[in-house]
Amino acid sequence: MQTLMTGNEAIARGAYEYGVRLAAAYPGTPSTEILENLAKYPNVYSQWSPNEKVALEVGLGAAIAGARALVSMKMVGLNVAADPFFTAAYTGVRSGLVVVSADDPGMHSSQNEQDNRHYAAFAKIPMLEPCDSQEAKDMVGLALTISERFDTPVLLRITTRIAHSQSLVELNDQEERPLRPYVKDARKYVMLPAHGKARRLVLEERLQRLAEYAETVPVNRLELRDRKIGVITSGISYQYIREALPDVSVLKLGFTYPLPPQLIKNFASQVERLYVVEELDPYLEKEIRAWGIECTGKELFPPYGEFSAQLVKEKITGESPARAAAFEAPLRPPVMCPGCPHRGLFYTLRQLKLVVSGDIGCYTLGTMAPLEAMDTCICMGASVSGALGMEKAQPDLAGKVVSVIGDSTFLHSGITGLMDVVYNGGNSTVLILDNSITAMTGHQDNPSTGKTLMGQPAPKIDFVALARALGIQRVSVLDPFDLDQAKEVIKAEVAAQEPSVVIFRRPCALIVKTVDPPVEVHDCTGCKMCLKLGCPALAWDEEKRSVHVDTALCTGCGLCVNVCKFNALRKGGAH
Amino acid sequence: MGKDKNILLVGVGGQGTILASKILSTAALAQGYEVKMSEIHGMAQRGGSVVTQVRVGTEIYSPVIDQGEADMIIAFEQLEAYRWAHHLKKDGVLVVNSQKIIPLPVLIGAAVYPGNIIARLRESAGRVVEADGLRLAAEAGHAKATNVVLMGICARFLDFPEETWQYALKARIPEKLLQINRKAFALGYDYAAAV
Repeated sequence: MQTLMTGNEAIARGAYEYGVRLAAAYPGTPSTEILENLAKYPNVYSQWSPNEKVALEVGLGAAIAGARALVSMKMVGLNVAADPFFTAAYTGVRSGLVVVSADDPGMHSSQNEQDNRHYAAFAKIPMLEPCDSQEAKDMVGLALTISERFDTPVLLRITTRIAHSQSLVELNDQEERPLRPYVKDARKYVMLPAHGKARRLVLEERLQRLAEYAETVPVNRLELRDRKIGVITSGISYQYIREALPDVSVLKLGFTYPLPPQLIKNFASQVERLYVVEELDPYLEKEIRAWGIECTGKELFPPYGEFSAQLVKEKITGESPARAAAFEAPLRPPVMCPGCPHRGLFYTLRQLKLVVSGDIGCYTLGTMAPLEAMDTCICMGASVSGALGMEKAQPDLAGKVVSVIGDSTFLHSGITGLMDVVYNGGNSTVLILDNSITAMTGHQDNPSTGKTLMGQPAPKIDFVALARALGIQRVSVLDPFDLDQAKEVIKAEVAAQEPSVVIFRRPCALIVKTVDPPVEVHDCTGCKMCLKLGCPALAWDEEKRSVHVDTALCTGCGLCVNVCKFNALRKGGAH
Repeated sequence: MGKDKNILLVGVGGQGTILASKILSTAALAQGYEVKMSEIHGMAQRGGSVVTQVRVGTEIYSPVIDQGEADMIIAFEQLEAYRWAHHLKKDGVLVVNSQKIIPLPVLIGAAVYPGNIIARLRESAGRVVEADGLRLAAEAGHAKATNVVLMGICARFLDFPEETWQYALKARIPEKLLQINRKAFALGYDYAAAV
């Protein structure tokens, strides 16, 4: 049976069919749906971990114990998981371990555009790159086979276009994969220097065998057509080439670390002009050039952004089709939803003119106009530690900085930063925006929500107790809709000569919908104060010189009622 | 259907573009075509622009529709039609829902919602079919069925038989909403015949 699947759905299906028993991940676009889908299959234990490092360690533990395992993450997640990733290459596994890295060329939803193929070469871990959903599913099976045959984790590297594009996939039944018995083997799994030195040699010998395997593995496929042009490619770029230039010869690499030198040299010798077509870094090109093979790559193709069939055709043939000019249309950026508990807080932070050390989540939208209340956002958890650095180094900023971090992000990487604040005598004020969900990636549970990925009840992390246990004396819990109280408390905490944590607690507006009637407008004076909230349910009506409430969007949260100084905005149904 | 068809569905997060694309792909698969779809939905729920690309044919490689390569654009909102119009082929069809959803930069006065969008589209695009999808959906029984009204219009320009579309609706829409949506589809289909 064939069915349309995204690459992520196909990877989940592959994990099920090929007998993965344990899967772990931290949500991150474009990888999130892998575990969300896998959790729906029987006979697979799936879990959200607090971060990618933990997820990979859980997966490696399972593989050492004798169960096939899969761990998935967005590309920046592999930075977090890099520590176990590198050493897992030394220990190897007992049962297969696949690590999925979902890269994001074009930065649709990421803070950088790193090319994680380098991680394979850096950690000396074999890598596979699928070009569609069918191959994504098949490669989960191949990765597990390679993992067990060569005793190594395998990196399955996808990109957003693979993760979120749908193509046909043939479904199969689940394979029988009995657990392997656990065997203690300290020389292999305890990475003392003495053991590590021995394993280092195993690693080199394994890489040689893998390079030989890469010469003949069927996912490295020679497609000889017209010999005038030959293209070496991998992943989604293969589709663009086939679409744009159906007659050229192609060496499609599915196994991209270690690379097969003989296969590549053989292909190069059979074509007149050789191109290397790859999104992001010249990963293939550099290696190919290092073997003394002449080719055209990044002097023609951009090292950033996504490719397309059109781009490939233009670059190789030099012909560019006449194109209609685009109309100039105002942007439609994502916005905080009507009723979002984050909105009022950023309004307050802006009023207080504080320096806001921000973090990763929906609340990063607080950067955008009209709120414009975020100064920095680097990576998961950096809000807390970054603010400590700011106040320690720059006296002008003392008492003027706050950290803003969501519940899931705080659990991911904020706790260690807060520990640092306490330990090193910082005065930071850390605002935890607890909306009881991992919202931006599409509402995943986390250790503070009381539920697991598989829907089981779980203990809830108590942020107040946690902050106190870390040594924070000043801990308060507020409702973010109470703007006056929020303002007073933040002022007091920023002024205090010791660190503090303020927890703003209210569930995500998309999960717990307010049932209050929409806000009403009575004799608007036109001061436009409420428009500074950036609520999509409030619009300015130039003809009437009045604000207008979109009753279909308004949740009746009343934030604008609090902001209006003229009592023109009133709670609906109040009179 | 002779050649491959490239269909772009554009709108605003929450308008039901994804369900519409599923109905379309289900119908195309039932007709024995190969289908590839691509969508970018990082923060779609947060009211941003959303686009789903559907490619239908016999041998499809890229899941992405390049500029100037769309046979049809189904725009769920005027400004989104305007934003994506240059992706249309010269002889392509642009279906545009009359609805306007004002983006935040316009709400706060930092940008202006362009005027006379439909007229300007008619000047530049191949064929423009404007429809008041909301009104037709309300007539069918629920404003949320606007996406299915638009699929009814889309169906007019593809030569899949009636029973294929009915099969796709049944496969993708919950039983209790099916009747309203069948009506919405029919209203869209008839509307397109009349213009």
